[in-house]
Amino acid sequence: MAHYDTIIIGAGHNSLVCANYLALKKKNVLVVEAAEVCGGLGARHEFHDGFHASVAHQASHFPQKIIRDLRLAEHGLSLSGDHKACIGLNRDGDHVILQGNKVSGVPDNEVDAYKRYHRLMKRYADMLAPFWLKTVPPIGNNSLPEMMAFAELGLRIRLLGKEDMREFFRMITLPVYDLMDEYFSHPLLKSLLGWDALIGTKQAPRSPNNSVLQLLYRMAGDSHVTLDVPTLIDALQRAAVSRGVDIRTNSRVCDIVVEQNSETVKATGVRLESGEVVTAEQVVSSADPKMTFLKLLGAEHLEIEFTNRITRIRDDGLVSKLHLALNDQPSFSGLSSPAGRLFIAPNLEMIECAFDHAKYGESPVDPVMEITIPTLENPGLAPEGQHVLSAHVMYTPRKHKSEWDESARAELTTKIIDAIEVYAPGIRSLIVGQELLTPVDLESRFNTSGGHWHHGDFALDQLLMMRPTHGAAQYSTPISGLYLCGAGTHPAGDITGMPGHNAAREILS
Amino acid sequence: MIVTMTNADFSTEKPRPSHFQPRLDERNIHDAWSSWNGYKLAEYYFEAEYEYFCIRNTCGTYDICPMQKYLISGPDAEKMLNRMVTRDVTKMRNNRVSYVLWCTDEGRLIDDGTIFRLADDSFLLTCGSPSTAWLKKSSLGFDNVTINDRSDELAALSLQGPTSCAVLKRMGLKGIEQAKPFTIHHFDFFGDSLMVSRTGFTGGLGYELWIKAELALELWDAVYEAGADYGIHPFGEQATNMARLEAGFIMPGYEFNEALKTVHFEHDQTPFELNLDWMVDFKKPHFNGRAALLEESRRGPRYTLTKLDIEGNKPAEGAFIYDSQDCSRHIGYVTSGMWSPVVKANIALAMIETPYLKGELWAEINYEKELRHYSKIARCSVKEEPFWAPDYAKVTPPRDY
Ligand SMILES: Cc1cc2nc3c(=O)[nH]c(=O)nc-3n(C[C@H](O)[C@H](O)[C@H](O)COP(=O)(O)OP(=O)(O)OC[C@H]3O[C@@H](n4cnc5c(N)ncnc54)[C@H](O)[C@@H]3O)c2cc1C
Repeated sequence: MAHYDTIIIGAGHNSLVCANYLALKKKNVLVVEAAEVCGGLGARHEFHDGFHASVAHQASHFPQKIIRDLRLAEHGLSLSGDHKACIGLNRDGDHVILQGNKVSGVPDNEVDAYKRYHRLMKRYADMLAPFWLKTVPPIGNNSLPEMMAFAELGLRIRLLGKEDMREFFRMITLPVYDLMDEYFSHPLLKSLLGWDALIGTKQAPRSPNNSVLQLLYRMAGDSHVTLDVPTLIDALQRAAVSRGVDIRTNSRVCDIVVEQNSETVKATGVRLESGEVVTAEQVVSSADPKMTFLKLLGAEHLEIEFTNRITRIRDDGLVSKLHLALNDQPSFSGLSSPAGRLFIAPNLEMIECAFDHAKYGESPVDPVMEITIPTLENPGLAPEGQHVLSAHVMYTPRKHKSEWDESARAELTTKIIDAIEVYAPGIRSLIVGQELLTPVDLESRFNTSGGHWHHGDFALDQLLMMRPTHGAAQYSTPISGLYLCGAGTHPAGDITGMPGHNAAREILS
Repeated sequence: MIVTMTNADFSTEKPRPSHFQPRLDERNIHDAWSSWNGYKLAEYYFEAEYEYFCIRNTCGTYDICPMQKYLISGPDAEKMLNRMVTRDVTKMRNNRVSYVLWCTDEGRLIDDGTIFRLADDSFLLTCGSPSTAWLKKSSLGFDNVTINDRSDELAALSLQGPTSCAVLKRMGLKGIEQAKPFTIHHFDFFGDSLMVSRTGFTGGLGYELWIKAELALELWDAVYEAGADYGIHPFGEQATNMARLEAGFIMPGYEFNEALKTVHFEHDQTPFELNLDWMVDFKKPHFNGRAALLEESRRGPRYTLTKLDIEGNKPAEGAFIYDSQDCSRHIGYVTSGMWSPVVKANIALAMIETPYLKGELWAEINYEKELRHYSKIARCSVKEEPFWAPDYAKVTPPRDY
C-alpha cells in the first residue's frame, strides 16, 4: 500500500501551491480531489457544449514571489499583459475607467482626488503586503521570533510617519461608503472603487468593520498583471506533476483517519469514498475549516469550545455566478472592446440596496455585478470566434426565502441579463447557453461550506490569528499531523496562493 | 440614582413545589426550606442530626426532583457523551450507572454527575446544576443526537440507609435484593415503569427511585407505607451534607466551583486537584480537556483535596491550614468539616498545596461559644482511606432486616 509524506485534501489552487512547495523540498506528496478536475473554485468546467468557465475569473494579486519560487513561467504561465482596467459602465456611454493610478471619465477635481486617494491606499497596501505571506503568531506566550513578527508590523506602521499612520488607524475600520465620500463625489467612481472592498463578504457599503482592509488586501497586487485563472491552475498543476506530485481526481475524502496514542490524536491518512485508505505522515486539508473539522475529522476528536468556534464561522455565501455562452463577441455601448473588469453598479446606494434584500433572504431587485469576457485572453475556453461572459453578482443570499427554487433562479437570471442588456444592447440574441450558480450550487458542486468566496467571511473576528479560529490559525491544528492550507486560513480567499504558501512553510518547519 | 421597582414582580423567584410537595409539607414541621434549581428543598424536616442517624441506622428519603435530568439519545449519543466526560462511556453496559466528570477545554471541572445507560443509544445524565447550554455545545458536530431536558417531568426519590432494601422488598419490588451497586432495574408500578438504581450520595446502602411526575405521590405513599416498620424518615440538605462528607463525596460550592461560573482565573478546580485521578481515563478515546489534563497529570496538581483527621472535636469548617504550629505559612483551607458520629473523629476535606502534603499540617479553627469567639490550632493527620465505607453498602444481596 502506498505511503506518502503528505496527503493534501482538495486540489484547489492553494493545495497545488502547497504541494509544489513541499515537492520542491523532496516530499512525496499526494493530492486527492473530489471533483473531476483540479482547481477548486478556479477550475475550468464546461457549462455549455464547448464553452468553459471558472468560477473565479481572474487573479489580480497573486504574488510574484510564488510565481518565481515555483517557476510557473516555465510551466506555461504567461506573464505578458498588464493589470486589467476597471470600467464602471454608464448608461450613456460615459464610462469611468481606472487603470492603475490613472482614472478617466470623471471631472478634473475627481482625478486629483483619485491621485491623493491612490497614493495613500497604495502606501497602506504595500505596507501590509508582507504580512499576507507571514504566519500570524497566536496571542500570548510568544517566542522571540513570534514577537518579532508583531514588532515588524508595528515598525512598518510607524514608518508611515505620524500623519499617514494616524489616518491608517482611522480609515481601517471605516465603512467604505464614508471613505469614498471623503474623497469623491462621482457616484460611479465611488462604487467602482468600493467594489473590491465588498465582494465576497457579508458587508455592504455602509457596514462598519473591515471592508477597507479587504480592499487593501486586494490592492497588494496592484502592480502585477492580472492572471487568467484556468491558465494559472494549468501551470500549477503541470509544475506539481513535473515535481513528482501524484494527483488523484474523482477521489472524495470521507474521513481523515486518526490514531490515538497516549499523547495525542494524530492524523495518519485519509479514507476515500471507495473505502480505500491512503496513509501519510501528514494530512493537509484545503477544504474549508467547517468541512475539515466537522465532516472529515469529526467533533469527537476535538475540544468542545474549539468545535463551537468552528461551527460559528460565518460562511453563508452571498455571490452568485452567471456564465453566458455567446456566439459572438458582445459589444458594450461606448467601449471599443469589452476587455477588463466591467462593473454594473451605478452608485453605492444600489449596492447597499441589494444587500438589504439579501439580509431578508431575497434576491436583489437591481442586481449589481462585475463582468469579464475571459475568452478575450483565453480563446480556448469557447469554440473559435465565440465567447464566454462571466458575471459575479451581489448580493444573493445562500439562505434564500425560496430555497433557490426554479422560479427564483429563472427570475434572477432574467434580471441579470436585463441589467447587462442595458449596457450591451442586443446581447440576448447572442446567448446560446447559460449557467447560474447560486451559493447553494457553489456549496454542493465545489465542496465549500456555504458556497463562500473566502471559505469563511473576511471579517475582523475571523482574520489574522483568529483565522479560522485560535488553535488552528498557524496552519497546524489540535490534531498532530493535520494542517490546513485553504482559503479559510490566513490571509484569506481569492486566487492568491498565499494560504498554501504559508502552510507549506509551517509544514516544513 | 436610586431605582425603586414599585411594580416589580418577584413572583417568579418563588421556589416551585416539588412533585412530592404535599407530603413534604406535612413532614417539614419547622418549615425549614431552602431551594435547589428553583424547587423548594428542605434544609431538614425535624432535625438534621436525627435525620443523619436515620440514614446511618435505619433509612431515609431525600427529594431529588430538583436534580437535573437529561435524556440523551440517538446513534451519536454515546460518541457525544464519551467526548464530553473523562471516563470511558463505551465500557458501560446497558442498565448500568457511572459517576462521571466533565471539564472545560482547559481541563477545569465543570460539574460531576451520573450517567444511566438505558440502552445502546439512550442515556440519562443527572447532575446538580442546569447544564443545557454545555450539553448543546457538546453536541455541536454530532448530527444524530437529541438532548431532552426531563428535569420537570421525572420525579425522583433517593432512599438511603441499611434498611432501604428491606423497604423496597416490602414494597413488592421482586428481586431487588439481587440488584448490584450501580445497576438499573425496572418494575411495574401503577401500570407504569418504576426505574430503580442502586445508587446514592451517602456512602451507605441505598437506591434511587425514578418515576413520571404524575405518579410521584403514589410512589411516596408506597415507600412510606412499606417503610413504616423500618424507621423511615425524610432527610434534608443538612443531613445529606453530613453523610456525603463521611463518604468523601465532593459538593459544588464546597469542594469545587463549577468552572463555567467562576469569575477569577483558576478559582475553579481540576479532577486531579480534587483527587479524582481514577476518574480520568487517558486510555479512552479523546475527551474534552484531555491535553490540559495530561499535562497536569505530569506536572502534578497545584492543590490536592485531602482527607484530614483533626485533633479535638471542634468542627474545622472554613479553617485555614498551615505548615507549622506557629502558622508561618498558609498552605490551604478546609472545604467541609464535621464531627463524624460514625467515625467518631473530627473529619474534614481540605484543599492543600500539593508540595506541603508531606510536611506537618495544622488547622486554625475558629469557633464560637455563647457569642464569644475563640480560635485554636489543631494538628491534622492525612487519611488515605475513605473516612467511612462500610462493607454492607456493597454486598449483594444486602443484609436483611
Ligand atoms: C462566486 C465566486 C467567484 C470568485 N471569483 C474570484 C475571482 O474572480 N478572483 C479571485 O481572486 N477569487 C475569486 N473567488 C474566490 C476564490 O475562488 C477562492 O477564495 C479560492 O478558490 C480558494 O481557493 P482554495 O484552493 O483555498 O479552495 P477551493 O478553490 O475551494 O478548492 C478546494 C478544493 O477542495 C476540494 N475538496 C473539498 N472537500 C473535499 C473532499 N472531502 N475530498 C476531496 N476534495 C475536496 C474541492 O472540491 C475543491 O476543489 C471567487 C469565489 C466565488 C465563490
